[in-house]
Amino acid sequence: MSKQAPVHQGRLKTPFYSRLEKLDFVNEWHQWKGYSSADSLYCSDTEYFAIRNATAVFDLTPMTKYRISGPDALDYLNRLVTRDMAKIKPGRVAYAVWCDDQGQVIDDGTIFHLHEGEYRLCSQERHFAWLKAAAIGFDVSITHETDDIAALAVQGPTSFSTLSNMGLDGLADLKPFGLTHVDFQGSELMISRTGFTGDLGYELWIDPDKAEALWDALFEAGKLYGIRAIGTDALELSRIEAGFLAAYMEFLPADETVRTGRSRSPLELGLEWLVDFKKPNFNGRRALAEEKRKGSTWRLVKLDIEGNKTAHHSYIFGQQKTSKPAIGFITSAAWSPVCKQNIALGTVRAPHGMPGDTVWVEIYYQREMHWNRQMARATVVDKPFWFPPRRGATPPGRF
Amino acid sequence: MKTYDAIVVGAGHNGLTNAAFLAKAGLDVVCVEKNDYIGGAAVSRNLYKDWWYSNCSYVCSLLRPEIYRALELHRHGLQITPYGGSVQFMENGDYYGSYQDDEVAYREMARFSRHDADAYKRYSADTMRQCRFIRDFLLSTAPDPTSFRPKDLMELARIGGKFMEMGEDRMYDTIRFWTMSVAEYLDEYFETDVIKAAMSGSGIIGTALGIHSPGTAYVLLHHYMGEVDGNVGSWGFARGGMGSVSNAIASAFQAAGGELRTEAGVDQIIVTNGKASGVALENGDEIHANVVVSAMDVKRTFLKCVNKADLPPQFHQRVENFKIRGSSGKVNIALDSLPTFPALPKGSTLYHSDMHFIDSMERMERAYDDWKDGRWSEDPYIDMLIPTLNDPTMAPPGKHFMSCFIQYCPHKIEGRDWTSAEKDAFGQTVINQIANYSPDFKDLILHAEIRTPQDIEAEIGITEGNIFHGELTMDQLLFNRPIPGYAQYRSPVKGLYMCGSSTHPGGGVMAAPGANAAREILSDLKRPNTVPENFGDD
Repeated sequence: MSKQAPVHQGRLKTPFYSRLEKLDFVNEWHQWKGYSSADSLYCSDTEYFAIRNATAVFDLTPMTKYRISGPDALDYLNRLVTRDMAKIKPGRVAYAVWCDDQGQVIDDGTIFHLHEGEYRLCSQERHFAWLKAAAIGFDVSITHETDDIAALAVQGPTSFSTLSNMGLDGLADLKPFGLTHVDFQGSELMISRTGFTGDLGYELWIDPDKAEALWDALFEAGKLYGIRAIGTDALELSRIEAGFLAAYMEFLPADETVRTGRSRSPLELGLEWLVDFKKPNFNGRRALAEEKRKGSTWRLVKLDIEGNKTAHHSYIFGQQKTSKPAIGFITSAAWSPVCKQNIALGTVRAPHGMPGDTVWVEIYYQREMHWNRQMARATVVDKPFWFPPRRGATPPGRF
Repeated sequence: MKTYDAIVVGAGHNGLTNAAFLAKAGLDVVCVEKNDYIGGAAVSRNLYKDWWYSNCSYVCSLLRPEIYRALELHRHGLQITPYGGSVQFMENGDYYGSYQDDEVAYREMARFSRHDADAYKRYSADTMRQCRFIRDFLLSTAPDPTSFRPKDLMELARIGGKFMEMGEDRMYDTIRFWTMSVAEYLDEYFETDVIKAAMSGSGIIGTALGIHSPGTAYVLLHHYMGEVDGNVGSWGFARGGMGSVSNAIASAFQAAGGELRTEAGVDQIIVTNGKASGVALENGDEIHANVVVSAMDVKRTFLKCVNKADLPPQFHQRVENFKIRGSSGKVNIALDSLPTFPALPKGSTLYHSDMHFIDSMERMERAYDDWKDGRWSEDPYIDMLIPTLNDPTMAPPGKHFMSCFIQYCPHKIEGRDWTSAEKDAFGQTVINQIANYSPDFKDLILHAEIRTPQDIEAEIGITEGNIFHGELTMDQLLFNRPIPGYAQYRSPVKGLYMCGSSTHPGGGVMAAPGANAAREILSDLKRPNTVPENFGDD
């Protein structure tokens, strides 16, 4: 065998790197699944408002992607995930979770029904070993395609205008969680009306060779619509406002937890709507049915917290300010600029945390070196903090 | 004539640790050592010009941080620097590298199998779960399951509690884990031969078992449960070689008022009226004490140094049957400069890692077959390192020290003693295997020390030169180590204690047996305890 070139030792660059680099003023990057990914390119506060006010573009190429096809693809997915995938027709996208045999969430992700019997599964973590193991008994092909597809999130109130201005057809009729294929300079461009921001938005998926051309066309088209590239800091803030879960924040992948009791079931994450017990068989069904009968241990809560001190890493206490011990803790927290609310996601012991309940949050905050402590009242809410009408409007508005 | 409070026999790291904690409690302690240097198998030896060889143990991870801190070993000259990674050279010219950076490690694994790269996280979590379970018991005495003493019952309840806490499925997994082979364990996660071969090494190092032998999954854990600065599973170098560990503990012992006596090999442990009362040295001197603590392995202690008439026959028989088998050798080499490994890119970080030259599970098991036939492996498993790439103190600038741990290497060749020609041939086997992957290696060798298990036994005193003072199999672990009923550092002879690696929690430069024994001795003597508690990890 000829001499083996060593695997790349540093951070990988996505196909959009050359474009991001030009828009980067602050040089703040982190590692995302081996790729360099920007925390921020200019100013995360400003970038955030591109999501809520104009068009924000985020490079999501490092997102883990698998292609699932073959005669049994649907049956396979139906056993893999908890929801009924038969309802997801070609051209539709489904948010889904998948569990181990104990009904504990391995990960959540989106499943794109690209063409009849052909799917793409996107997730935060990597699961090839599990996807293969779960394929036993099915005639299905699973390929890892993270590096074969370049992907951009184009999010915000003017995102529809920007994309229309690019000359992309058929978007006016595209409903949330719909996907369509269009031609872009001779290549197939897949556009889905999906995103992680809770706003009007799209995701674009293309051959890496066409990535730079796509970027250029997009930014040219968005010039008059306030288009701006963003990093993960801005995205993260919008994610919390939308009430979306993040792996390693709201839950740990069950197969990576060391301590018993540190994983979560879909029921404990407020995802019961994704669990279809009418399906006769899916991974974790027996354990989840048992949990439903007996009751869950944990409950995910969305909290509207009084005051303006962000509740990072806080303990949550029960209905009385003096209730001990803690009933849970905050997993994600932010001051929401668009809602002007002090918001957080957390995990509490059931039966605490019913919508409308009052709980108390112990907040530590620092001002000029000194630390202060505040017990803040919080209300459990059941709707996303931010859910603007434009997110669901079809056809979408111009801005 | 003076009567000491305690005599500790053997100035290896466990003997010294035990002596140090006894001295810290105010006891008048003497530690006797047969060699003219201290350290036992944790030594830095100046055997060639300005080179210092870690000529027995060569890397450090298991040394309990609680002991490090309690004895303030940093004040006594010890410094542990972490290193990482490994490389498996392959017969086809390729290699499999394990990198410290998670993403680079992932990428490299995915080069062979994406399945394996993705499975690694589950493997890590499952292995770490077992590590957490066992780590909690390292700095405590194994409870006797047949005893009704409150202390034993409480410790049993604690273990039971930790076990139940795992939940049903993980309890099954744990029981399987403690008894299965490393090959079976790895098969549950990985599909790539070279990746499994790379990982299986930790399951056999120091044991006379093959990768398919039941019980080797636990041995893998024994190599994972250590830490450097809280990074569980990390390994490090002691600056100045492994002798720095022993020297630092010895310094702590002396600072606490202890006395060290070298060239003072023990011939017999003196038992008077059923109670240990001192030792008779090989030179004819006698030293008297109220307590005698043996850091020697259990066989050497009771079969060579205690009068058989003073021992219960059943105990004696069990000691005779204790499995402590020579299975590994060492070749320590002084190098004129750094050898090149053309398969690796120039400047690769893998030069700093553990290097191995076996690329398949088949070859791993075949290496064991030779041992069973009473020969050294023709195609051995070598764990090779060049510590001088990290440590500037062990060789002159630009020169290097190479440590090769070799498995398998029997204590006797087909049942008889080694000849010097065979010993040379064994060394040559090792050198040839490395030279297959490094063309300039042979020309750079300035000096080589070849050590068979027989040499290690002759010099250090460990029976059959077994690095763990006895196999780490379930029948010889926890309350079974070394002998059921005698797993709490006491022996059938009143006043005679054990504190070497034959006792719980076993071998490796851990210092836990020495410390645990000190706790028991101090308790018997109604002295205040000086031994630290487990840091704990919730």
